[in-house]
Amino acid sequence: MSDMNLKKPILEVRDLKQHFPIESGLLLKRQVGAVRAVDGISFDLLPGETLGIVGESGCGKSTTVRAISQLYTPTSGSVILDGLDLLSATKKETLEARKNMQMIFQDPYASLDPRMTVRTIIAEPLEIYKRRGMLDTQMSRNDIENRVEELMERVGLNRAFKNRYPHEFSGGQRQRIGIARALALNPKIILADEPVSALDVSIQSQILNLLHELQKELGLTYIFIAHDLAVIEYISTRVAVMYLGKIMELSRAADLYKNPLHPYTKALLSAAPIPDPVIERKRQRIILTGDVPSPNVERHGCYFYDRCPSRMAKCKENIPQMKRVDEHHEVACFLYE
Amino acid sequence: MPSTRRAKTSYRRATVEKNTKKGSAPLLDVRNLQTYFKTDEGIVKAVDGISFTLGEGETLGIVGESGSGKSVTNLSIMRLIQSPPGKIVGGEIMFEGKDILLLSEKELRHVRGNEISMIFQDPMTSLNPFLRISTQMVETILLHQKMSKKEALQKSIDMLKLVGIPAAEERVHNYPHQFSGGMRQRVMIAMALSCEAKVLIADEPTTALDVTIQAQILELINELAKKLNTAVILITHDLGVVAGMCDTVCVMYAGKIVEKAKTEDLYASPSHPYTFGLIQSVPRLDKAQDGKLYSIEGQPPNVIDLPECCPFHPRCNKKMDICTYKYPPVKKVGENHEVACWLYADEKEKSST
Repeated sequence: MSDMNLKKPILEVRDLKQHFPIESGLLLKRQVGAVRAVDGISFDLLPGETLGIVGESGCGKSTTVRAISQLYTPTSGSVILDGLDLLSATKKETLEARKNMQMIFQDPYASLDPRMTVRTIIAEPLEIYKRRGMLDTQMSRNDIENRVEELMERVGLNRAFKNRYPHEFSGGQRQRIGIARALALNPKIILADEPVSALDVSIQSQILNLLHELQKELGLTYIFIAHDLAVIEYISTRVAVMYLGKIMELSRAADLYKNPLHPYTKALLSAAPIPDPVIERKRQRIILTGDVPSPNVERHGCYFYDRCPSRMAKCKENIPQMKRVDEHHEVACFLYE
Repeated sequence: MPSTRRAKTSYRRATVEKNTKKGSAPLLDVRNLQTYFKTDEGIVKAVDGISFTLGEGETLGIVGESGSGKSVTNLSIMRLIQSPPGKIVGGEIMFEGKDILLLSEKELRHVRGNEISMIFQDPMTSLNPFLRISTQMVETILLHQKMSKKEALQKSIDMLKLVGIPAAEERVHNYPHQFSGGMRQRVMIAMALSCEAKVLIADEPTTALDVTIQAQILELINELAKKLNTAVILITHDLGVVAGMCDTVCVMYAGKIVEKAKTEDLYASPSHPYTFGLIQSVPRLDKAQDGKLYSIEGQPPNVIDLPECCPFHPRCNKKMDICTYKYPPVKKVGENHEVACWLYADEKEKSST
């Protein structure tokens, strides 16, 4: 791991902002505000690593990956993949870049078209790029057929199920279909948006193991979103903790769990239940008061100010910047200035 | 269904003996409950002969995966199973000496919400979006208690204060959409406790919530249950939540309780292979894991027309021949620790087939 700093990042995100306008008026729409879903985040993604993004609902985790993959048009900032800034790229360049960046979605029921067979679903990315002549090597009908079967076997689906429809599969199997589809174009980066949250405990560990194996075998780089801290710890090399559209802490997974610095990270870790009654009953919890505030207002102080147990006077007026406390650990908090 | 009736009576004799030996009767005693659903494809045995008891002030956890029958169990206790297609075909639910299954609609109304109360998983769909919180709470209170509207409103405000809603006097007149998810769940809890129910059934009360809010809500349920001496049935799929909250745990799989134990015992020595697998397959925050996670292979079974076998056998790594054609008897493996698995049955039971 020590040579990690030497590696060139595969993806650079700089001051990425994604605001959604709030409009008012029936005929003449005018913008009256903005939902600041992602409000200026920066990080590097190194080849072969898994960057976990964790946070509560509404903190901008999903928006972040959608902005990275250009499913939304980001408000400002830059997303640099292989030296190309996707925000200023042409349509063709974006398409080319997306080939290297595929997504797995949270809901295995909503993310597969119920009228398409498994074969059509998995082959769709290949067909799309074939039609535009953008595949690395030309594939015949037969090649695509073989590729689909190969992918199905790889993710643990019987190739005999090729002509079945999604409703004939259980949640875990559907998630496998989604994974096969994401792998179809041989991407370098997989953006996984809560891929195991909708699954039962016993199925969840199957999918986590599969993702782990695939990473080792194919040398994939993951951005992995989850709200379950234990899952994030298991799968990630590094973890980014998000709150209200900002990254609060970014660190190597092992350090973060041993030595959380930001008050929010501490609260988050202490709130997560541990499946052991002996430990669980002895634990001291930091219970945060209140709810996540609205992301619709512009903030001039620390984003966590309203709920922070160790807030200070200066937190109200100044936004703390990300500060490196050691080689692998960054935190945005005035406690560590 | 003559066969079930026969089974029922023989079981009843057995439990009567047990009760007289124990002396005091528990608050809620579910015996051999069976709830089936008739579908075009066959009969779904959503709950198939489960028994458990709940003492005063006790917290019981019911854990299981989706489709294991956790929610149907609790809807059966409230008799909220829609019929058709559902039907409670056998068993008894004794609440303070009365069988809930034999009550008339009118008597039931007295039990529902008043004696046994429920918190649902999704606070948005279980509150009426058209009515103010005050209207909904006052309606609930007036239905069960003799007091004036004004008193009922005051009581609603007190309950909202109790569950920690700031500015309750003003907030009580708000509509559900004006509350956040966590706050809405608090309102649900306030409403559920407003009639001082003796049993509170919480069906995945925190699944829709974030971890920090989840911690708040669980703390609240725990605290209130102690203060008001309410017995709680907590349904969840999260083993971490169970570990912190419950005295006793029932693990359900395909409509049956496969293991029942005190929480400490269950985590210290999970006896059923399913329970063991379930506990092992969750990644844990306090222990760094490298390499592969333990996982239970395969999928949960389809409960339509399930044969008389152990439903877990296709996924079990300790399966024996007998598991494939006969359901195991419930065996005691420790004090208050019961498990339904052939691994613990003695030779006589195995050969009696």
